[in-house]
Amino acid sequence: MTLLLDLALIAGLLALAVHVARASDDQSAIIGFIAFGLLLGVGWTRLAAIDVAMTEAAIGGGVTGMLLLRAEARLRERSSQARSAGRITKAAAAIGCTVVAAGLALAVLSFPSPAPTLAPAAAAALDATGLGNPVTAVLLAYRALDTLLEKVVLLLALLGVWSLAPDQFWGGAPELRRADAPQPFIYLARILPPFGVLIAVYMCWVGADAPGGTFQAGTVLAAMWLLVMLAGLRPAPETRRTTLRLLLVGGPVLFFTVGFLGFAVADGFLSYPEGAAKPIIVGIEAALTASIALTLGLLVAGPSGRAPVP
Amino acid sequence: MTPLAPASVHLATPGGYLLVLAVTLPVLGVLAMMVVAPRHARQVSLVTMAAGLVTALAIVVELIRTGSALTYIVGGWLPPLGIALRADGLSATMIAVTAVVITATALFARDLYALAPKTQDGRAPTTFWALLLAIWSALNAVFVGEDLFNLYVALELLTFAAVPLVCLDGRAETVAAALRYLMFALLGSLLYLLGTGLIYGSYGTLDIQTLSHLSEGGPALWVALALMIVGLLAKAALFPLHLWLPPAHAGAPAAASAVLSALVIKAPVFLILRLVLDIAPPQAAILAGQILAVLGASSILFCSVMALRQARLKLMIAYSTVAQIGYLFIVFPLAAGNEAQPPWETIAWTGGALQLVSHALAKAAMFLAAGVIAEAFGHDRIADLGGFGRVLPISAAAFGLAGLSLMGIPPSGGFIAKCLLLTAAVLNGHPWLAATILAGGLLAAGYVFRVVDRALATPAIALVAQKPIPRRLELVALVLALAAVLLGFVPLEPFGFLQLGRSGAMTAVTP
Amino acid sequence: MSLASLDSATLFGLTGAALAGIGLFIVIAHAGLLRRIVGFNILGAGIFLVFGAAARRGAAAGFSGDPVPQAMVITGIVVAFSATALAVALLQRLFDLTGRESLDAPAAGDKQQAEP
Repeated sequence: MTLLLDLALIAGLLALAVHVARASDDQSAIIGFIAFGLLLGVGWTRLAAIDVAMTEAAIGGGVTGMLLLRAEARLRERSSQARSAGRITKAAAAIGCTVVAAGLALAVLSFPSPAPTLAPAAAAALDATGLGNPVTAVLLAYRALDTLLEKVVLLLALLGVWSLAPDQFWGGAPELRRADAPQPFIYLARILPPFGVLIAVYMCWVGADAPGGTFQAGTVLAAMWLLVMLAGLRPAPETRRTTLRLLLVGGPVLFFTVGFLGFAVADGFLSYPEGAAKPIIVGIEAALTASIALTLGLLVAGPSGRAPVP
Repeated sequence: MTPLAPASVHLATPGGYLLVLAVTLPVLGVLAMMVVAPRHARQVSLVTMAAGLVTALAIVVELIRTGSALTYIVGGWLPPLGIALRADGLSATMIAVTAVVITATALFARDLYALAPKTQDGRAPTTFWALLLAIWSALNAVFVGEDLFNLYVALELLTFAAVPLVCLDGRAETVAAALRYLMFALLGSLLYLLGTGLIYGSYGTLDIQTLSHLSEGGPALWVALALMIVGLLAKAALFPLHLWLPPAHAGAPAAASAVLSALVIKAPVFLILRLVLDIAPPQAAILAGQILAVLGASSILFCSVMALRQARLKLMIAYSTVAQIGYLFIVFPLAAGNEAQPPWETIAWTGGALQLVSHALAKAAMFLAAGVIAEAFGHDRIADLGGFGRVLPISAAAFGLAGLSLMGIPPSGGFIAKCLLLTAAVLNGHPWLAATILAGGLLAAGYVFRVVDRALATPAIALVAQKPIPRRLELVALVLALAAVLLGFVPLEPFGFLQLGRSGAMTAVTP
Repeated sequence: MSLASLDSATLFGLTGAALAGIGLFIVIAHAGLLRRIVGFNILGAGIFLVFGAAARRGAAAGFSGDPVPQAMVITGIVVAFSATALAVALLQRLFDLTGRESLDAPAAGDKQQAEP
């Protein structure tokens, strides 16, 4: 029974991926990709990775889809579709990719049994952190350095996006509002956000002990914010605003500060004092959630589209 | 800390915290800049530069003092659950070169952006300063990383810092170059990540030191290494995956080109070195080394010829980068080593490391000199630069001196590097590699002399600079070029510092 | 129970391999940049599934999966999103400047921009 479910899921994923490869227009391909992301979210629950399932559905299916659809709409008035690679190139690419996929399949099949795992080590160390969710422990304790650097990656991506504005628009606000936001959409943008915020706060709060956490919560918040901006209920902020920038770097700065405090009060960089790890981690997660929500939202919003108002 | 973890191969050393500072200080500057920018971006970056330079110096001093590698266990969580940072002799060398080149570039950019006071606070300078610091952190993270996934994050950090620099001037041509660069870089990172996943699935650890103690290698390891090396080659722009590099490095502002060409592409090369030397089983390492050497030799020959044919100075220098990177890959079969002599005790190893360092200094000098030339005359068409040496004697000298190192003419760092590689090629019986090294030197002489010839030419109508160029701006390139030449006084034998932290047995530094 | 879960982990791992192949194909064979960006995301999804298979197979110590690769996937998804956003922004800028949406040889109209 479960095997049938898995097979159906896999068939769906592969069919959607092939659709993305073969669709004649980009819009259809992107819609296929959004469905793919949602289906993949279900797939992750089948792999018993609920944290990943939530992240994949929110980012892979949600925010990425939003970003791609907006880009497609802007590119639609282009003169002509890019010409695709020639028949021979395509055949060569297909053969090459099949070889890669076969090599990968071989490698996956040769994974040793019993599988090597760090689950026992992660479980044994969990007590020292006071957390209940091992994924959160990996992200914010055992491998906090990865998470910290990845926050910087997000900010750099945002800086890179901003740097693509024309010179005279530097520091201005992104242009998000659709000129013709339909009534039902505006209605939705009024109704949904309070619930979204509630869900995000809950996700962030339980993340320490149950599936959920900063990324998932931050993504939900970002989606709500984008909804409000797209409906024209609130304008996008000017990117030069100091409060905006303080909020953007707030989470990472707190994370760095706690990391360096570890030199003074614990065993060194990114080490938490005995017994106080959990409240500190929850505090970092809260600050990070706000920063991530803003960063993701602004990444979708794009570079500023008008000059700053003096 | 965790009783279930296997006895760790890592032991924290007292000076290990310096590695944390090397990775974090520059990005702290970026965060500060995001809040106080745009008005204080320059000040923040100069303060951060000073701190970073001191840190790099401290790492080198600490390494020489203790005679062994520095190690830090982040958060006290031992690998494989946690992440270790480690700097051996080669890492510390790269950290030091990075610090020197980035600081020099910053001094150059400080004067360059001062040329146009009204744009000082604008989009391009602010972005430039922030990304320059981010590149520094990312490079240091690559050089000290011990965990394959942590290295993936570091590589991505590098990508996101480097790509927007390419199109800072906002022209369509450079935006296209940046986009092509991003495509190659992302494909490279994803292939690398794929290999990382396969290695985790097979061994349950991503710690390089632990993986280096593996005896057996299954099909998964072979597939993983192949994917990772191909991915890194795309980022390092080795022939035939080099197509993205010339437009990207030529299109970026001169200060950014210097860092991209001198340092950024060295990070994937460094990682390939670590994968082949530390993780690959011996027979895989030999096979990989031979393939890489063929690609390296093709890079040297093909891209040197391409450099000869370029009409624009910056494009010529960019093609020269791909050619010079090729030398780093012919090191693999030359430094193959054996039971009695590990790779890092061979002269080819020293030659490769010297090539890494001298190319970094020389190429940064060349791009900065080219930047001055383009700034002064408003273009960089080689044919129309006749007599530029009279107007900009310091920049012409810097270009010529840097050229010595690229050609491999004594006394210069490049000469020693190529001499060591040539000797190793002859001694180990690789005549075709020896021939490639010689041909590459001749071709380099061809493209360098083309520019030097223009510098010394006497055109009918004397060339006039369109705007005054402060002396200090020119001096930065000259100092870097001189440093590349001075490297030529390194003794011609396996160099002790480069062996620190390798094989564990090495304790003494033989200068 | 353990047999069934092992099977499902390997099945998803193999799916990851196939998706990586399809994603790679889209990236190589399509000239349109937007489609290539989608291709990168499918390639990424395939890679993450390989991590997911490793995680599921590593179920032990009362956990239904190894949390370490799961956490890596979360980090990876966020990085992939950042990359998508940067690529889309670059593509839009290129389109605004030239009307092109691919990296094919520039049309004659772009030539005057080639020299500063």
